[in-house]
Amino acid sequence: MFVRPFKSDARAVSVVIDGETVAASDGEMLAAVLLRTPPFYARRTPVSDSPRAPYCLMGVCFDCLATVDGIASVQTCLTPVRDGMRVERQAGLRELTK
Amino acid sequence: MQHADVIIVGAGIVGSALAFGLARTGRRVLVLDGEDLDFRAARANFGLVWVQGKGPGMPAYQHLTRDSSDLWPAFHAELTETAGTAVDYDRKGGLYYCVGEDAFEARRLALHRLHNQPAAAAADCEMLERPQLEGLMPGVPFGPKVTGASYCRRDGHVNPLQLLQALHRATERLGGQVLAGHAVTRIQRGAQGFQVTTAKGTFGGDRVAITAGVASGDLARQVGLDVPVRPQRGQILVTERLAPLLPLPGSGLRQTAEGTIMIGATQEEVGFDTGTTVERAGFLARKALQVVPHLADARLVRQWSGLRVMTPDSYPVYVQSDSHPGAFVLLCHSGVTLAAAHADTLAAAIDAGSLPEDLTPFHHRRFRKDVRQAI
Repeated sequence: MFVRPFKSDARAVSVVIDGETVAASDGEMLAAVLLRTPPFYARRTPVSDSPRAPYCLMGVCFDCLATVDGIASVQTCLTPVRDGMRVERQAGLRELTK
Repeated sequence: MQHADVIIVGAGIVGSALAFGLARTGRRVLVLDGEDLDFRAARANFGLVWVQGKGPGMPAYQHLTRDSSDLWPAFHAELTETAGTAVDYDRKGGLYYCVGEDAFEARRLALHRLHNQPAAAAADCEMLERPQLEGLMPGVPFGPKVTGASYCRRDGHVNPLQLLQALHRATERLGGQVLAGHAVTRIQRGAQGFQVTTAKGTFGGDRVAITAGVASGDLARQVGLDVPVRPQRGQILVTERLAPLLPLPGSGLRQTAEGTIMIGATQEEVGFDTGTTVERAGFLARKALQVVPHLADARLVRQWSGLRVMTPDSYPVYVQSDSHPGAFVLLCHSGVTLAAAHADTLAAAIDAGSLPEDLTPFHHRRFRKDVRQAI
């Protein structure tokens, strides 16, 4: 799917996505990391359960939602990566009480 | 010139319910609607079909509300069948949450007074202590200060946008016409009935019903009626879609069929201003968090406001002009709840050309000082 076409000067960091450690650059947007990490999606929708990847990359489409450091429905296209960040792809409707 | 049996001025929920009701009895109806950016309570409201607590000081409204709630299931079935579209609607009862002991007692007394007023309808609400409330709403983690709720089995909720669209579609399928972009500027007596003027042409109708919400005042004066109506702003918050959490709607807190949770609504006297404020968003959020603290983890996705169609006592105005018989003004802030009655009894009254006795208390003469004193 997507690859990073250049070598970043930023400090190398790693984030954990669904238990898997993924290399990233400090300060890049989390959505970019999700786009180049198999299986290339951020969440499954609450309506049809279909997988959705980050789309608009500017904060309006809400297809890039993921759980970040325990906080659900975070817009990953607006979220810079930090070292050690823990990310879970979301599936369907959120349970508020779990 | 195109001629209809009834011209309805305004395609909000009130006008559209009336149009559907008339069209299904075979009347030729023409609904003239304004612009998208006009003030539209019908596209901003909360979506409750609500009975409990309504009607203090006006038993006729209490009865009308109750009757409409009872008509809603059949109205809903006929509407969705005719329109061919789904309208999410549920009638399993509704709750008014009480936070603190004082609020519980105040609510109990208010409902007691309501059901004891002269000519009141029989009581249909009950106070639920917290354990009963928890039994009715299994698994809902209520906040520590929630003491209980009042419950009314007649309450329910509906998707108001689906409702509005279905009313338009059903009216058109029954042969009626709904014309957007046709704001009415002038209503005059014609050779036969009335001549109704818009920027895009003039239309004839045997009867005219003005259902233009907060824009009704000027039009009403053209048919000799001076009806007091003002806007009252309500702001609403809505969350992202969540797994089913709230089985029953509450007066300011309901989960829609899609899973979003709506939190409402403010009552603000700010004139014709549909803005939103952070301060009122905080007020609404704090109120909701007192009831269900877990909502703090939910994401808000939108905040909006709409203008309620308010009269001096908040109750509807239904009136036929004395100087222009055949012209009616029909206004209320509870168009969703009353939609079933508007499609049924009110449509029949407009068709018959006179408002029945049980609707006479809704004449706006009740706001005149001398009449108020006589009552």
